[in-house]
Amino acid sequence: MRATARLVPGRRRILRAAAAMLALRALPAIAAPELPDIPLLSQFLAGRAARWERLRLTLPVLADNGLAVPLKLAMAGPFAPGPTVRAIRLFSEKNPVPGMAVFEFLEAVERIEIDTRVRLAGSQKVVAVAEMSDGALYAAAAEVIVTIAACLDGS
Amino acid sequence: MADSRVSVPKEARRGEPFEVRISIRHPMETGYRTDESGAPVPRNVIRRFTCRYGGAPVFAVQVTSGIAANPYFRFFVTARESGALEFEWVDDAGVRGEARAELTVA
Repeated sequence: MRATARLVPGRRRILRAAAAMLALRALPAIAAPELPDIPLLSQFLAGRAARWERLRLTLPVLADNGLAVPLKLAMAGPFAPGPTVRAIRLFSEKNPVPGMAVFEFLEAVERIEIDTRVRLAGSQKVVAVAEMSDGALYAAAAEVIVTIAACLDGS
Repeated sequence: MADSRVSVPKEARRGEPFEVRISIRHPMETGYRTDESGAPVPRNVIRRFTCRYGGAPVFAVQVTSGIAANPYFRFFVTARESGALEFEWVDDAGVRGEARAELTVA
């Protein structure tokens, strides 16, 4: 009897924790106010301030394999007739090539959504910066734990 | 060359964004690996991917080794006129790839 009574709350806690973890995995990454130390990013920003809003960067909280990690970018509209998105840049904290990709919107589009798969050389923060046609910058960051890193560093 | 798969809707409504999905077969060799004999495998990644619509470039990606092997991109383009979507990419070895899809705008 006593053993059962003690087991029940324990199991509930585990279930709650498991549910919380599942919810966390599904949530888009929350914008981090402090920038990770990526020299290329500081160089690109050159003192300009990016607003940590509108842009969403989604990575799994835990990636089993760094060789192909699904990455999603999305930005809430509407845009036209106001400033439209010109480009979105991706910066990596730990990869040997910190500038991962630049997505260029050569013609304005109202729906900003990009899906791709990236390589990640270990657990790190990834930062996305969107450049608008009026020069405004929006940023988002995501932290990802990589269990098996992509073999980017020759090891 | 069947080295890519493209998915574009058959029809789209004028002025509205439509979804484009493309996956390209490419090893995206990082240049950090060595072969069985210990010799370095030269880097060979796609450098640039471009999507043209009705002849005009609408979307492009500056690609690096940070994009996984067999690159996959999903993005949106605004429907204007019926016409062709042309995709083109080039890698470090200078090899160009291309794909094409037709779209009808209602």
